[in-house]
Amino acid sequence: MTRKQKRLSLILGGLAVLGLAAGLVLYALSGAITFFHTPSDLADTHVQVGQRIRLGGMVEQGSVTKGPGTVTSFAVTDTLKTVTVSYDGILPDLFREGQGVVTEGKMQPDGSFVADTVLAKHDENYMPRELAESLKAKGVTLGKIADEGTPQ
Amino acid sequence: MNSIAEIGHFALILAVGVALYQFAVPLMGAQRGDVAAMRAGISAALLQFVLIAISFAALTHAYVISDFSVLNVVENSHSAKPLLYRISGVWGNHEGSMLLWVLILALYGAAVAVFGGNLPLELRARVLAIQGSVGFAFLLFIVLASNPFIRVDPPPIEGNGLNPILQDPALAFHPPFLYAGYVGLSIAFAFAVAALIEGRVDAAWARWVRPWTLVAWMFLTVGIAMGSWWAYYELGWGGWWFWDPVENASFMPWLVATALIHSAIVVEKRNALKIWTVLLSILAFSLSLMGAFLVRSGVLTSVHAFAVDPQRGAFILMILCVFIGGSLSLFAWRAPQLKAGGLFAPVSREGSLVVNNLLLCVACLAVFVGTLYPLALETLTGEKISVGAPYFDLTFGPIILPLLLLVPFGAFLGWKRGDVGLALKRLWLALALALLVGVIVLALNVRGPWLAPVGMAIAAWLVFGAIADVAAKTGLFKAPLATSWQRLAGLPRSALGTAVAHAGLGILVAGVIAISLWRIEVIVALKPGETAAVGKYAVTFQGEGPLTGPNYTGRTGAFLLKQGDRELATLHSEKRIFKPSGMPTTEVGLYQTWHGDVYVVMGDETTGGARAMRMYYNPLVNFIWFGAAVMFLGGLLSISDRRYRVGAPRRAAGMQAAPAE
Repeated sequence: MTRKQKRLSLILGGLAVLGLAAGLVLYALSGAITFFHTPSDLADTHVQVGQRIRLGGMVEQGSVTKGPGTVTSFAVTDTLKTVTVSYDGILPDLFREGQGVVTEGKMQPDGSFVADTVLAKHDENYMPRELAESLKAKGVTLGKIADEGTPQ
Repeated sequence: MNSIAEIGHFALILAVGVALYQFAVPLMGAQRGDVAAMRAGISAALLQFVLIAISFAALTHAYVISDFSVLNVVENSHSAKPLLYRISGVWGNHEGSMLLWVLILALYGAAVAVFGGNLPLELRARVLAIQGSVGFAFLLFIVLASNPFIRVDPPPIEGNGLNPILQDPALAFHPPFLYAGYVGLSIAFAFAVAALIEGRVDAAWARWVRPWTLVAWMFLTVGIAMGSWWAYYELGWGGWWFWDPVENASFMPWLVATALIHSAIVVEKRNALKIWTVLLSILAFSLSLMGAFLVRSGVLTSVHAFAVDPQRGAFILMILCVFIGGSLSLFAWRAPQLKAGGLFAPVSREGSLVVNNLLLCVACLAVFVGTLYPLALETLTGEKISVGAPYFDLTFGPIILPLLLLVPFGAFLGWKRGDVGLALKRLWLALALALLVGVIVLALNVRGPWLAPVGMAIAAWLVFGAIADVAAKTGLFKAPLATSWQRLAGLPRSALGTAVAHAGLGILVAGVIAISLWRIEVIVALKPGETAAVGKYAVTFQGEGPLTGPNYTGRTGAFLLKQGDRELATLHSEKRIFKPSGMPTTEVGLYQTWHGDVYVVMGDETTGGARAMRMYYNPLVNFIWFGAAVMFLGGLLSISDRRYRVGAPRRAAGMQAAPAE
């Protein structure tokens, strides 16, 4: 092969890999991402039953019920609307009534939400950043946005 | 009240001036050929290190004696904390961690000044100047926007304490290692920029860059592994990697640094890929700067985001723009003047290293998109999304798998022109053994997906391929054992290092595949006396009692671990409440064996006096960290190679350096 051909094969090979990777990335971005919603914008956006989303809000005071077994149910509210969430598993250390929570899972046909992941953040004033911002957009202020948290 | 904090403060401000001097004077000197000015960089680099070390020592002193007249100590320490965590608290916060950052930067600068005696004076002057400019930017940032020496008057009696989940031995040393990796890449960056200014890249240049990059890569490897180990046993989620943006921020420089240590070999041995290597050096440090920005600016919500402060974010963003933008502009302007290097066939050692670089960089790009896309989308449309593990499994996996397949091949291809047939002939035994492993896994693997046999075969392929590499080089089984042993002793350390690092990668892959596919998770409510089965183990909840530690209280649960009738251990999982903040944490009960861990977490109380428990059997999980340690060892072997030793790489000798094989 001449120098030119070698260089061409190198460039073409590189482009092929890059193209393949770009395709993978686009495909993954169209399918493997989850959108964040608050209880009140669930109604406005068209979240399908069974679609994987993140639902964030505050855990309503007095709404946490334990059982049966390792299942915990609680209500997630953004003060405008409330959604009942049930979760089978161990809640994070920082999960509290009256504090911010982000849950990940699927909407059920009856309007409740089944979560398989619960993320809680620290501090009684804390609220997930996404939630605080979307509440601010709706004109609701609740606590301050904490600047410190723990992953999961 | 003492004045030690003020001494630290003054030393820091002096360091700003010295860094500016270190940037300007040697650079001018190198342009004008002024030897005295060029030499000035050496003493400036040493002085800068001494000043920052004084400053860092002063802050550490304030933490150790719990000097609550210093605001930074008040906010991040507590007198009841054990000494280790009072010290690690120094870098467990934004200001202190930035000080550690510049301390390590200055340490690298001083190392170049001291050990760079064999560098041409101009190159050393320019490298130190670029180092000085980076140091100047970050020192200015510390003094103006995140000063750790600000006093409070009147001083409070007690501090607020360090975030309890950071109070952990592995995490105490995670930041210094990680920073040593991040900042070490600044040396490669400085060499790249210096080469662009000089307009010259040759084999000797690569021989100087490679050990520094290797050191950075080794520290980065250990730092990331420590962080992952911490996440595994401290967060109580049983996972070891979450594709969290902050993890990705450290992983991206690692990927590019890995590419760089491979491409630098091509520059050194074959005088090719020069422009690409310079670009990689710039990119590697750019990514580590970007990591600093992502983590420190608070655009990400994370345990690492110590403080959300728009002013700080903007400052770091500015530093980022100046260095990345500046170096890339310089690259665009000067790179065409670098002479293109030698020729090689697509199937050759060089070719395989190009493929390695291509795949590593594309994999890094996929991680980059996944990490920044949510930020970009939110800024542009206001839509909030999270990109999690499914995205990365789908993109990173398929890109990295072919790379893993090619690793043993690459090592067997000759320089300039390789012979696939010959490589296969030498590798057939490794290939056969790897396929055998795949078949065994396929036979035993009842519920796992197709990835299990494939992944395990690839892991075995990497390990056996590395062994075959050493075997071929020492003539194992072909020559008498004594001869092979002699050859092994005479083998260049870098060749041995390559094989060891690749074997470590194989071990790591085995761990990753095993835990992703065969983990057993049990979530169950247990009353005292009740038993749950976790794989072949039985875990009995024996009951719980109160717990008192130095700076926390809580509950501890005892679990009896049995396999059949044999009692293996009593595990303890704790729920701790830390005193100053009232923050709860969980301690995991862990039973470790070489083939996997039993992992027990005590959860909240549920109905009827029971507690929710989460238990895992994590097969081969320790292979992950063991593999990382082996990779580190490979780096260590490679760096101890004779040709990287002080005095070895003279530029004149480098010009005519022949490939080692």
